[in-house]
Amino acid sequence: MDIFLLEAVLNGVLLGGVLALLALGLNLIFGVIDVVWICYAELMMCGMYAMYWLYAFYGVPFIAAAVVAILVVALLGVLLHYLIIEPVLGSAPINQLLATGGLLFFLQSFATLLFGTDFRNMGIRLPLLELGDIDLSFARLLAFIVALVGAGGLYLFLTRSFLGTAIRAISQDREVMGLMGVDARRVYLLTSGIGGGLAGLAACLLVLQYDVHPFIGNSFGPITFMICVLGGLGNMIGGFLAAFIMSQIISVGGYYFSIEFSYVLAFLLFIVMIFVRPQGIFGR
Amino acid sequence: MSPDALTPGALTPGPLTPGRLAAAAALVVIALVPFAASDYVLHIGIQILLWAFIYTAWSMMGRFGLTSFGHGAFLGIGAYGPALLWNYLGVTPWLGIPASMALAVVLALVIGYPSFRLRVVGHYFALVTLALSQVVLLTLVAAREITGGSLGMTLNVVHSWYALQFADKTTYYLIAVVVWLAGLAVWHWIDRGIERVALDAISEDEIAAASAGVNVMREKLRVTVVSAGLTALGGAFLTQYIQYVNPEVVAGVSVSLQIVFAAIAGGMHVLLGPTVGALFTIVLNESLRVLFGTHFIGAANTIYGILLILFIIFMPQGIVGLIAGISARAVRRPPRPAEAPAAGQ
Repeated sequence: MDIFLLEAVLNGVLLGGVLALLALGLNLIFGVIDVVWICYAELMMCGMYAMYWLYAFYGVPFIAAAVVAILVVALLGVLLHYLIIEPVLGSAPINQLLATGGLLFFLQSFATLLFGTDFRNMGIRLPLLELGDIDLSFARLLAFIVALVGAGGLYLFLTRSFLGTAIRAISQDREVMGLMGVDARRVYLLTSGIGGGLAGLAACLLVLQYDVHPFIGNSFGPITFMICVLGGLGNMIGGFLAAFIMSQIISVGGYYFSIEFSYVLAFLLFIVMIFVRPQGIFGR
Repeated sequence: MSPDALTPGALTPGPLTPGRLAAAAALVVIALVPFAASDYVLHIGIQILLWAFIYTAWSMMGRFGLTSFGHGAFLGIGAYGPALLWNYLGVTPWLGIPASMALAVVLALVIGYPSFRLRVVGHYFALVTLALSQVVLLTLVAAREITGGSLGMTLNVVHSWYALQFADKTTYYLIAVVVWLAGLAVWHWIDRGIERVALDAISEDEIAAASAGVNVMREKLRVTVVSAGLTALGGAFLTQYIQYVNPEVVAGVSVSLQIVFAAIAGGMHVLLGPTVGALFTIVLNESLRVLFGTHFIGAANTIYGILLILFIIFMPQGIVGLIAGISARAVRRPPRPAEAPAAGQ
């Protein structure tokens, strides 16, 4: 096997970790609250700015900055649900999509207003790992490992804790859970917080690899929706696996063609998949 | 403005009513603008008219529940097609524009047919079309050897009717007025036709409409094709006017969402709704830009974003929809005796 192809495959696996984290958050929101946050990648952008200002500007230690950034984005998630989703919870799904689309506009332009369109770099240079002839980015490896740990933590929370069980239950039957004494509103707010937190965690990992700018969400948002739908909207395990399929297409496609054409391939695959298997690859 | 001027009835030939008179007077004023206004006002006017045309084209399908998040794809094809043909092959836009419209129509069929056959609706349809606009955007960026990639492309300038480029803004303005009126006429034609009843039925309940004998596939494809073709036409005229085209501005997620929002903000269920959406968003943008200066890049769009959220939450029927609703209610307030019992049912 070509050594550069192998490198592309490995990089694809590493990229898949972060995409999987984003897809998990979006799928959690969709599965439980039944809305699509089209501004999900913009929440992540907020987290990246939080990281940049805390770490690179105010000199807060990385771990502390990461904790604060995750909490900030989690709070944004709660506010998003409280202020925007709740009033439109009963309207047509497309209106909910549009309301979060308005937030996408708002966050992108507000970030432009506050910070300008400059690309901002954390100023952290992590070393390259050399495995034989293959160079791997340490930042990507770290992101991959933390993303897997995060996904594992979410899995344990959803399956082992009382609140997690309530969240899963409400995604299965909205009406009955109300009768069982579960306060849907509280569960929704909690889920939004967790979904936001996952975007925050992804932000802390991506900020090591990418410069922050107001439109960075455009590079991650669309592909994240495609991953979720490919895995079956709301199906978290499906979304997790689909992230790795998409990241392979992007990474290996980028090796053979150009990075843009590899994204074109990924989106075309998505369009075809929706026609062939609308319930997602792993849906039943 | 009387409610009559807001409804499509104002366009059908017939006896003069106050609404028709108002519409005719408004048209005369619009046509006379170039003889009184500065170049700056004309520039804004041309943009409002062309975007109003594009938003109107979107609402032709949007109002029937076919919420496309991918009109950036058709706009991008329309904007780039004639420009590429002109710059590289010297083909006149008179041929380039129909060719790109045809390409947009083919693309609309390729996406529309399986979507409608397999009943891809709601946010699945939105996401499929979103992916389509990304495909067009990224293809334009990737083909940077001929399109200039993210840096965009400047049109070879030759002022003539053959090149559809003019030295003065007045000609562009009058062309934009004609294009805009043509868009309204098509909207009106769809609204008056029997198809409209069928499409309304489909957007209410697709299966029920099909069992009542509506050819769901044909009706949906028809508005999709018209909407896509006209959007490409709008994109072509935008490029002809600005003489520069950039993939981020005419294709991709941002412009696709911009189209959806402006149409909804204005009101997609009434003839002049998308036009008011264009007027509102462009005037808001310009005045905020003048107010804040270039120092506050993004201020305009920040306010715009907040307004969009408020629109969706509080008045999903849009500005014109709201005004029309209020004035219709005001007219209806004194119920005629014959109608009164019916209202109680």
